[in-house]
Amino acid sequence: MQYTALTVAAIVVLLPIYVTVAFSLQTGASALDFPSSLFPFPPELSVFRRVFSVGNLGRYMLNSAIVAVAITVAQVLTSILAGYAFAFLRFPARNVVFVGFLATLMVPSEVTIVANYDTIVGFDWLDSYQGLVAPFMATAFGTFLVRQAFLAVPQDLRDASRLDGYGHWGFMWGVAVPLARPAIAALGVFSFLLAWNQYLWPLLITNTDDRRTVQIGLKTLASNNVNEFNLVFAGTVVASIPIFILLLVFQKQLVRGLTSGAVKG
Amino acid sequence: MALMLLLPSLVVFGLFVYYPFGRTIWLGLFRTSPFGNRTTYVGFEQYADVLASSDFHHSLWVTLVFTVMTVPVGLALGLGLAVLAHQRLSGVGIYRTIFSSTVATSVAVASLMFIALLSPSVGLINQIIKGFDGDPIYFLQRPGWALIAVAAVTVWQNLGVTFIVISAGLQSVPDDLYESARLDGASAWMRFVDITLPLVSPTLLFGFVVLTITSFQTFGQIDLLTGGGPLDATNLIVFSIYTEAFRNFNPGVAAAQAVVLFLIVLALTVVQLKLVERRVFYG
Repeated sequence: MQYTALTVAAIVVLLPIYVTVAFSLQTGASALDFPSSLFPFPPELSVFRRVFSVGNLGRYMLNSAIVAVAITVAQVLTSILAGYAFAFLRFPARNVVFVGFLATLMVPSEVTIVANYDTIVGFDWLDSYQGLVAPFMATAFGTFLVRQAFLAVPQDLRDASRLDGYGHWGFMWGVAVPLARPAIAALGVFSFLLAWNQYLWPLLITNTDDRRTVQIGLKTLASNNVNEFNLVFAGTVVASIPIFILLLVFQKQLVRGLTSGAVKG
Repeated sequence: MALMLLLPSLVVFGLFVYYPFGRTIWLGLFRTSPFGNRTTYVGFEQYADVLASSDFHHSLWVTLVFTVMTVPVGLALGLGLAVLAHQRLSGVGIYRTIFSSTVATSVAVASLMFIALLSPSVGLINQIIKGFDGDPIYFLQRPGWALIAVAAVTVWQNLGVTFIVISAGLQSVPDDLYESARLDGASAWMRFVDITLPLVSPTLLFGFVVLTITSFQTFGQIDLLTGGGPLDATNLIVFSIYTEAFRNFNPGVAAAQAVVLFLIVLALTVVQLKLVERRVFYG
């Protein structure tokens, strides 16, 4: 009885994914005729080669990987540095700076696209990796996540490392960062997911296949191949595989990243 | 030392958050002439025009309707899945992974997957309708259907996150509460209403805030599925900003609309945070 409800719910949730996979594996009349369209036997796999040749999806995925890795590394580094300052250092105007970080969370990126687009044009960064990465190299959310983890580091450890002659830099990388690893891992997975899935910004600033990310590549694929729908669906499947693998491997970190701040103690 | 550590973040925020935010307000004060690149300072006249414009009112209205269509349904489904998966059953982990799975879909992937369901020529739903000799429904081309279709994509795409967040909220409900309620003879429905609901209400309100703000930022599914149409039926506020700035080359109008969007999101955040403080039961 419980399993019936769970299974029905699972089928409903998975239906769009299953239909997309099934449609990607067949051509011709069988694909247009329910219910045979849901059972692609024998599967027609050649389309997956065309995803990479005609669809150029390999290049799009490479671009997305470069951009997402660069954003993730940058966000983790800037969050560690700033999180450390907020957790362990006393400095003038600390509260003002803290509120300044908080304020960035109040400005949705959609609000500033017009001005940011001008900035990128001014830097001559249209259709470049710099343009795709630079605006997202820091994150207040990540800073707070790391700061919170740093605050849980016992004061004794800080004192002990000072007695051993370590300065802030040694303590940061030798003690604080290793202890905050779960939070940093959660931030890394979360940043990568958001960066890989970005849509509006890469749509605005890329205009050639050399720099288009996979999300924009899918739009290009869909609008250039309206009549070859199995190619479009195959592209959709291929584009989502890396993130599904990421989810399976890092489910725990992702859940942590998503729920931090959502649930009170 | 502190400055050195904060500088990288502050440079990025300065260049890509604070400065463009100020510049957006500034751009809203200038009007672009319909031909050529001449811009003239018009002060707050353009803001007043945007606030009075019936097109903009329409965008705000559509965004609001879209929010009402997506947020409560999304939360209810997320809660339903979370309660279903919150049982001590063997193999329940697989179901949790399945329910979380849409977190892996980007807006582009989710939109194209829904074309597999909704397309008039190949979509599964229309294949079934045709199988019964019915006429296909043009979900994305009919004003009455388009917003519902886009809302359905959105609910599905957000379901994974909603499920994960509400599940985490359920984990914090102590099991012995259910145990003693069961001993007192409370039915499953009574346990849900009297224990689960009040105790996950902080999580639900958090989800409500986040989903509402997200729905005001909706763009990708509109761009991919409807292009704001038909007849502006899905011209949500961010799509309207995008069209004004990058299709109609009216950066001033786009900037003024963006400032209104900012104020709405800010107001939502403040109001809902107040609600959270007042109404919610913290266990």
